[in-house]
Amino acid sequence: MTIKKILPVAATLIALPTLGLAQEADMTPPMSEIGFIFTSFMFLVCGFLVFWMAAGFTMLEAGLVRQKNVAMQLTKNMGLFSLAAIAYYIVGYNLMYPLGSWTMGSDDAGGYLGILFSPAVMEPVGLAGAEPDLTYATVGSDFFFQLMFCAATASIVSGAMAERVKLWPFLVFTVILTGLIYPIQASWKWGGGFLDSQYGFLDFAGSTVVHSVGGWAALAGAIILGPRLGKYKDGRVVPFMGSNLPLATLGTFILWLGWFGFNGGSQLYMDTAGNIADISRIFANTNMAAASGAVAAMALTQIVYKKVDLTMVLNGALAGLVSITAEPLTPSLGMAGLIGAVGGVIVVFGVPFLDKLKIDDVVGAIPVHLFAGIWGTLAVLLTNGDATFSGQIISIIIVGVFVFVASSIVWFILKATVGIRVTEEEEMMGLDKAELGMEAYPEFSKG
Amino acid sequence: MKLIIATIKPFKLEEVREGLTSIGVRGMMVTEIKGFGSQSGHTEIYRGAEYAVNFVPKVKLEIVVNAAMADEVVATIASTAKTDKIGDGKIFVLDVESALRVRTGEVNGDAI
Repeated sequence: MTIKKILPVAATLIALPTLGLAQEADMTPPMSEIGFIFTSFMFLVCGFLVFWMAAGFTMLEAGLVRQKNVAMQLTKNMGLFSLAAIAYYIVGYNLMYPLGSWTMGSDDAGGYLGILFSPAVMEPVGLAGAEPDLTYATVGSDFFFQLMFCAATASIVSGAMAERVKLWPFLVFTVILTGLIYPIQASWKWGGGFLDSQYGFLDFAGSTVVHSVGGWAALAGAIILGPRLGKYKDGRVVPFMGSNLPLATLGTFILWLGWFGFNGGSQLYMDTAGNIADISRIFANTNMAAASGAVAAMALTQIVYKKVDLTMVLNGALAGLVSITAEPLTPSLGMAGLIGAVGGVIVVFGVPFLDKLKIDDVVGAIPVHLFAGIWGTLAVLLTNGDATFSGQIISIIIVGVFVFVASSIVWFILKATVGIRVTEEEEMMGLDKAELGMEAYPEFSKG
Repeated sequence: MKLIIATIKPFKLEEVREGLTSIGVRGMMVTEIKGFGSQSGHTEIYRGAEYAVNFVPKVKLEIVVNAAMADEVVATIASTAKTDKIGDGKIFVLDVESALRVRTGEVNGDAI
């Protein structure tokens, strides 16, 4: 571009802000709306960061399954996220944050039938004649943000059950998990239910409410589904290598990025200097925990196995993130690092421990989200004086029993009716060809 | 004429080729292979589970030379492929009955 062409453009750019000011001076929102606007904006930004975690889970899983199951893993992740969005709209959101009293089936929520069908409704803010409640955020931004957490829970399950579960029964489970199981237990804490009001349970962004829940559902599923063919042979564990470690690494970094929204947004307010300072601390602590989890796993695999195992390092970073999720605000940076590092250690021992029990978890979802989730929930006690040991442990147990039992019942019903596992022949052939009739990498024919 | 079959470590291929061309070898056949010998594989660990790598990747060379040159070729391969660590490979020497260059129809000594 020549100078002559640039000059008029530059002149316009200089003139533009003044023009805008002159025209819209009277459009400046009143001070009373500033906090409301910033908090809603924060929910939207953090919400799409958490949304991006769906891509992270997808890439991580695509990289850690074998080549013959990659397209199916991608399909499951697209399906589960989209179905979660619909299920959370139709029942989940209003089940999690009941209108009025907490109890299921109250008059406020529209009776028991209302529970089964109570779609989320956006508030009439911005419409004529409606006075918005300016103390929190727009319902639209809150719904959008909370939905992403619900979908993250479902993503956890798909990795653990990869390479052998049938597509449609898995998706049916996803609908029940995101429409009923997740919102019910989340309402106990975040909807102001009994874990919050009676036990003083503290779980900032969901080490238990999101990650352990996904982990428990995955554990129930993996046990009932059984290990992949040939995984445990003559008392030995046969490793099935992941097909694409660059994708798995990309997925881990995407999850890491998304986690800033996950934990940062859970501050729930960005209307004061104090709140933005807290969000900043949370971002820094979250990053610290992930880095420490990765370093811990890297060092430990070098010491124990004599070589660094990249897949363990990826899991270690994620375990660090899960560990800090229950309390990303009160720890110092050093303490956040310590909490995350313990998460990394848990993963390195948790993966072979599950193998010893012959529970086949393809991507390490159970050590990362369940084991580290329990650790993170207990680690709240280290830095937050308001947490009580009994409040934390009782809540871990109540949520764990509820989700494990409810998930088991659903999996057993699916197993008895439609079946949840592909045939041996289909499993050997790979789900891509057997269930989809397509391959992720058709030009590389090796299975 | 002699056929010399040698298995070597893949990363030594360039060095061996240079050594052989410098003593006047004018052709060779190279194949990427897998196999095991005294090295008999090794174990690796993936996500905490140990597994055996039974077949190790190697490169196989096949070289046909005049009988008088065979010893020098063997000695050159042996010295250039050597790392003093297990898995350096082996060299075999076989008799060759006849040879023919397809383009010209030359035979035996003239063909190689």
